[in-house]
Amino acid sequence: MGRFLLRSLLLAVLVCLTVLIISFALSRMSGSLAINIAGPDASPEAVAKIEHELGLDRPLPVQFLDWANRAAHGDLGSSYLFHEKVSSLIASHLPVTLRLGVIAIIIAIVVAVPLGIVAALHEGTWIDIAVGMVALIGQAVPGFWLGLMLILWFGVDLHWLPIAGLETWQGYIMPSFVLSFVAIPVMLRLTRGGMVDALRSDYVRTARAKGLSRIAIVVKHALRNAAMPVVAVSAVQLGFILGGSVVTEVVFNVRGVGYLAWESIGKGDFPVIQAVVLLFAVIFVGLTLIADLLGAVLDPRLRGG
Amino acid sequence: MRLRRIPLVIGAIIVGFAAIVAIIGPWLAPHDPFVQDLGHRYVPPAWMAGGSPAHWLGTDGLGRDYLSRLILGARISMLIGVSTIVLSGTIGTTLGVLGGYFGGTVDAVVMFIVSCRLAIPLILVALTVVFMVGSSLAVVVLTIGLLLWERFAVVSRAVTRQVCALDYVAAAWAAGCSRTRIILREVLPNIAHHLVVIATIDMAIAILLEAALSFLGLGIPPPLPSWGLMIAEAKDYMFFTPWVIEIPGVALLVLVLGINLLGDGLRDALGARTDR
Repeated sequence: MGRFLLRSLLLAVLVCLTVLIISFALSRMSGSLAINIAGPDASPEAVAKIEHELGLDRPLPVQFLDWANRAAHGDLGSSYLFHEKVSSLIASHLPVTLRLGVIAIIIAIVVAVPLGIVAALHEGTWIDIAVGMVALIGQAVPGFWLGLMLILWFGVDLHWLPIAGLETWQGYIMPSFVLSFVAIPVMLRLTRGGMVDALRSDYVRTARAKGLSRIAIVVKHALRNAAMPVVAVSAVQLGFILGGSVVTEVVFNVRGVGYLAWESIGKGDFPVIQAVVLLFAVIFVGLTLIADLLGAVLDPRLRGG
Repeated sequence: MRLRRIPLVIGAIIVGFAAIVAIIGPWLAPHDPFVQDLGHRYVPPAWMAGGSPAHWLGTDGLGRDYLSRLILGARISMLIGVSTIVLSGTIGTTLGVLGGYFGGTVDAVVMFIVSCRLAIPLILVALTVVFMVGSSLAVVVLTIGLLLWERFAVVSRAVTRQVCALDYVAAAWAAGCSRTRIILREVLPNIAHHLVVIATIDMAIAILLEAALSFLGLGIPPPLPSWGLMIAEAKDYMFFTPWVIEIPGVALLVLVLGINLLGDGLRDALGARTDR
C-alpha cells in the first residue's frame, strides 16, 4: 500500500508539472500579448512600455522559471485587466463553482445509481432498454441548449425558478442539474454493469441458496460490490464537471471560475487563464488520486504492481 | 435478437440521412443560407401562425432562411465530426498501439501523456487556443482533433495487449515477421472493430464540443451556420419565440443521438464490448 501511494503521488506531481508547462506555453502561443492589452491602435512605444512593465521582454525560459517559481509559492501574478491579484480573483470565484459541482455530482449519484440498479434487476426487459435510452439521450443533449430550454420552461413559462444568478437556493437547481448530465450516463452504465456482474456471481447465488430475501441480496451483497467503482468514478466525474463548468456558468450567468476564465479569454487576460487551467488540472489530478486511493482501499486487488 | 438490431438501424438511418444532407446540401437548400432579408426577420416556421411556405423553418434575426442554414449546419457538424476523428484517431491509435505492443517504458510514457491530457480542462484550453490562433473551421478541427485522442489511446492500448497475448501474434513473431509488420498486419486489423466504435463516440463528442465552442463565440466564425452558433445568435430572442433555439438544438440532439445509437449498435454487432 505504501509503494502504491508513493507511486500515485509522484505521478500526480509529474502531471501537474507538465500541465504547468503547457498552460504557460498556451499563453505564449500568440506573440502579441502586449498589443492585446494596449489595444490595436497603440504606438510601438506604448506596447514596448507594457512589455517591459509585465516582463514580457525577457527571454521565454526566464519568464517561465519566474512564473513557475512564483506559482509554486502560491503567487499567480496579477490580472492584466482587473488590476487584482489572480489568487484573490480565483478565491472569490471558486466557492460558487465548487458548490455547483458538488451538488451536481450528488444529483448524478442520486439519479444514476437507483436507475442502474433497476436496469440491472430487469436486465434485458423493456425497463432495461428504457433506462439505456435515458443514458443515451443524456449523452446526446448539448448542455448549453438544455440550460436554455430549462430557463424557458421553468424560469419563463412556469416562473418556478430564477433564470440567472445564485442569490437564492433555487438558483442552484438548474445549473447543477445541467452539470450533472456530464456524469449521469457514465455512472448509470457503470452501476448497471457492476450490478449485472454481481448478480451473476457465486456469492449472490450462495446468498440466494441460503434463502436471503431479495432486498437483502441486492443491498448487502450485490450493491456493496457494484458500488466500489461508482464511488471511485464519481471523484473523477466531479473533475470533468468542474472542468466543463464554463459553458453552464455562462448560460446561467453564474460568476464562478469558469465564467471568470471565459471573460479572461475574451480579453486576453493571460495570467488568469494560465491560473485557471492550472487550478482545474490540479483539482482533477487530486480527485483522480483520491479515486485511485479509494479504489485501492475498497478493493485490494487494484493495489497490484 | 431482432430487438437488439433496432438501435443500429435507427442510428444508421439518422447518420445516413445527415451524411446525405451534408453532401448534397447546396442542392437541397431552398434559399441561399447567407442572403439577408431584413424585411422578413424572425418569420415563424410554416406550421405556426404567421409562417409562410416560402420559409419552412422560418427565418433568423437577419432574415436568412432557417432551413437552408440548418442544412449547411449539418455539413459543418459532419465535417467537424469526421475530420476530427481522423486526426484524433491517428494520434490516439498510434500512442495506444505502441504502448500496448511494447509495454514497459514505452507504455509508461504513453500512459503519462494520457494522464496529462486528461488533467487539461478540454473546453477552456480549446477556447484559449481558438482565441489566440483565430477562429476558423480548420482551427476548430485541429484544436478538437489534437485534444480528443485519449479514448482512442486508452482503448487501443487495452485491446492491443489482449491481441498480443494471442497465438497468431506469437506465430507471426516465430515466423520471423518484423515488429512493423506484426503491428500493421496482425494487430491493427484485429483491433479495427474497437476503433470503429470509439470513432462514433468521439465523433459525437467532437460535434457537441464544436457546438459549445461556437455557442461561446470561439468556434466556427459567423456567418457560417454552425448549429451552436445559430443557438447563440438566437439566444436573445428565445424569450419571444422559443423555436429559434429549439430547431437547431433538436437537430444537434437528434444527430448526436443517432451517432451514439449507431455506435452502440455497432459495438453489439461487431462484438467489441470492452467498456473502457
